[in-house]
Amino acid sequence: MKRIHIILLVFIAGTIALLIGLMDTGSTYETIAEAKAKPGKFVHVAVRLDKSKPVEYDAKKDANYLSFEAIAIDSSRESMKVVYRNGEIPNLMISERLVLKGKFVNDHFECKDVQTKCPSKYKESMKPTEKSIQTSTSANLPAGQTSTASTNLEATK
Amino acid sequence: MDYIGEHLLPGQLGHFFIVLSLVASLIAAFAYFRSAQSKNEEDATHWKKLARFAFLAEVVSVFAIFGILFYIISNHLFEYKYAWQHSSRSLEVKYLLACFWEGQEGSFLLWSVWHCVLGVILMRTSKKWEAPVMTVVSFAQFCLATMIAGIYFFGWKMGSNPFILLRDSGVLDSAPALHINGDIAQGLRQDFMLSIKDGNDLNPLLQNYWMVIHPPVLFMGFASTIVPFAFAIAGLWKKKFGEWTKPGLPWALFSAAVLGVGIMMGAMWAYESLTFGGYWAWDPVENASLVPWLVLISGIHTLLIYKNSGHSLKAAHLFFILAFGLILYSTFLTRSGILGETSVHAFTDLGMNWQLLIFLLIFVIPALILFFRRYREIPAIQKEESSSSREFWMFIGSLVFFLSAVVIIGKTSLPVFNKLFGTKLAPPEKAEFAYNQIQVFVAIIIAVLTAVTQYLKYKGTTPKYFLKKIFIPTLIAAVIATWILIVGKINYQKETVGFMAAIWIAVAGSVYTIVANAAYIWLGLKGKLKLSGGSISHFGFGMVLLGILISSSKKEVLSNNINGIPVSLDKNEDPRENLTLVKGLTVDMGKYSLTYEGDSAHPKKQLSFYKVRFKSKDGKEEFILMPNSFVNYKGNEGLMSNPDARHYWDHDVFTYITSISNPDNTKDTASFKPTSMKPGDSLFYSGGYIIFQEVKSKDSLPEELFGKTGSLHEARLKVHSKSGSIFSIEPKLAIAKGEIMALTDTLLTENLQFQLQKVNPDNSIILGVKESNTIMKYITLKAYKFPFIRLLWFGVVITAIGIIISMVRRIQLNRISGSAT
Repeated sequence: MKRIHIILLVFIAGTIALLIGLMDTGSTYETIAEAKAKPGKFVHVAVRLDKSKPVEYDAKKDANYLSFEAIAIDSSRESMKVVYRNGEIPNLMISERLVLKGKFVNDHFECKDVQTKCPSKYKESMKPTEKSIQTSTSANLPAGQTSTASTNLEATK
Repeated sequence: MDYIGEHLLPGQLGHFFIVLSLVASLIAAFAYFRSAQSKNEEDATHWKKLARFAFLAEVVSVFAIFGILFYIISNHLFEYKYAWQHSSRSLEVKYLLACFWEGQEGSFLLWSVWHCVLGVILMRTSKKWEAPVMTVVSFAQFCLATMIAGIYFFGWKMGSNPFILLRDSGVLDSAPALHINGDIAQGLRQDFMLSIKDGNDLNPLLQNYWMVIHPPVLFMGFASTIVPFAFAIAGLWKKKFGEWTKPGLPWALFSAAVLGVGIMMGAMWAYESLTFGGYWAWDPVENASLVPWLVLISGIHTLLIYKNSGHSLKAAHLFFILAFGLILYSTFLTRSGILGETSVHAFTDLGMNWQLLIFLLIFVIPALILFFRRYREIPAIQKEESSSSREFWMFIGSLVFFLSAVVIIGKTSLPVFNKLFGTKLAPPEKAEFAYNQIQVFVAIIIAVLTAVTQYLKYKGTTPKYFLKKIFIPTLIAAVIATWILIVGKINYQKETVGFMAAIWIAVAGSVYTIVANAAYIWLGLKGKLKLSGGSISHFGFGMVLLGILISSSKKEVLSNNINGIPVSLDKNEDPRENLTLVKGLTVDMGKYSLTYEGDSAHPKKQLSFYKVRFKSKDGKEEFILMPNSFVNYKGNEGLMSNPDARHYWDHDVFTYITSISNPDNTKDTASFKPTSMKPGDSLFYSGGYIIFQEVKSKDSLPEELFGKTGSLHEARLKVHSKSGSIFSIEPKLAIAKGEIMALTDTLLTENLQFQLQKVNPDNSIILGVKESNTIMKYITLKAYKFPFIRLLWFGVVITAIGIIISMVRRIQLNRISGSAT
């Protein structure tokens, strides 16, 4: 066998591997509406945690089951229920944005993996007053009221 | 206006040295360039003198910047944004260095410092290569200096200055309390520093000794790749194509050893102290540092081929150019924020994307142009190497390594691809498998080549010689590999059968590498360790491969949570890796029974340690693990956990906390609910039922405690929980000296508290029952078993030792040949 033949062979194998690798991406970044439209397809969705709805997690009942409501980061106000079966998500409550990896099944999003994007610590901590006001209002209002409050805001804009 | 409590001198000095470093490195680069270009000896020496002086000024500036910044951090001068952002008063002294390089600016400085050290060594040792090589190094220093310059050019910010004052950084702009009259439109109050009492601290996950030692080693690895690159460029530039390989080879070996150890220290950190559940996840940040190393190894092997046969010089040039280019590319990837969506641990974006991109292109494009313009002039042997020669198979190995690097960096660059073409592609569902399914074949080819190639001779080998030498190692390896595969039961069924078969072959291949290279030290080199650096590092590399294969394919989830839960709907959808432990209650977990015995807190920080006792059911082992967690640490709601592991010679038991009870200390709002009960009555609660058996009254009581008419009643209760356990509970009611006292009894595991509220003459009672979440303390954890992980760590150490032995040997050979000519 000539040297050039083997080198060519190695190159071909490498190219095939690269092509498989690139074609095998198999997933895309989608919005909530798109994820709902493609049930069963593994997608990446960037969302926000809906803090007006409770995060369901009780380690004594089931240490793995966690569920919360996610809303779109764009202005569509699309939302969906997310089920994550791998326990508590660190920093979920303070997250600014979440990248969910999983698929939409029946009525909810089966999330396999989450990446939390947290706000820069130092920007947050300089506004302690504003922060506490915000949390207290949203805590006092029942879930329905907060959403109407935000609708009103939208309308006045 | 002067502000109270600011120390401005260190910052002013810092600014001065940053400017000096910019100027000095530019002068050094220019003067070295002129020296390298000049035709007459005198002129060259003249320029070289200037260049050396300028470079030494650069070294002084960089060390001064480093020292001043460290002074600012260690003295808690929070008027500087860098100290305020990255450190705090409560931070232990050992982590002050860690917060130094937590930020981009500090890590650029670290890189720059290593360039200085390497530059001084090059100045003293590289003789006629000094001028061209140092031109490249000085220019890189100039580029790094721009990264921390923080200078505005026509509204375009160049670099991020670590000495910027907090009040100038914009951070305080939206804090009304710090402004005059509480109005953010007005200036800051003169005494605003009084309100800045503490810094933001180092990210708790980085408060770890690995963060102190891993970055310096990794950045030394990064920094050192410039040296073989600079030699290759110098060779192309001065048209001394083959000559640079002599001084270049030891430097390339040094770089490979340090970068390799640096990467694996990162892997060890991820494994030991972070909760990624492993040491390697094909995260873009990990890949970006691995890929230059792979190409560097290809470069080293092609250099050896050139030295021994005259082949592959062109490839060697290209590999060293690309290795350094990939370091710059990885810098761009990890620091530009482009990986934001795909990586867990990239730096935050500082808005320097264009600058980082220019840093990459300004080296790679001219280097490649130079390479292709000189391509035809680079000497090459026309005659093909024989396929029975060592150099031929070494070249194939280098090529496979290089292609593996191309495949990895191609996949990692998905976000860049998306940015360029506006696509929305994302990594696949099984992101790690997508890498593994390709890299396992790379492992097979590399393992077999590494085992066999040393038994071939340069230029050509007779089959008889080869077969005679290789026969015994092959036989031994086959026996050991078979034994491992049979006894080890490597049944990796998470993916396809083909993948499992590939793992088996790769295991056999890595055993072959280990055995054949160990044998070669005696068979080929007669046990002369000084000469066998290559074999030793290959031996170590075989251990690395075997360690990776076994620990990954036999990783076990110990905390498989199947207690009390009906068969799960779909195993794949529900990993059930979290297990809840109630304090004091022993829970089954595979071959262990676990008890959460209690917790203790760090004296200074919001850090808690959880004591978990592991006891094997056969009674043979018993140990305590203390995983810890930062709880609600400085505004980070929730947990940040660090694992703990029990190390055995052949496996690790590894655990970390994922959740704890009641981290917010919410108040106990439940109250006792009274119920009238007659003996024999039962009462349901959420977790089962309670039977009231009888009430006993005692009368002969000590008078000094109870008075004359005191009484004590004791209700006997049985609690039947759903899980089948039965508990006895005895709440008491005492009437002493006219006072009624209920002595409650608590059943922690069932979250119940009992209070005997009244005892009637007919022996019926009123029982108060409280069900509450707050009395029960529990933790949720994950636990894994990693077999043969030590093989990997030992393998890394041996590989590095082997490479260093080769490096020392090459330096000695250069000295001998240098003094001979």
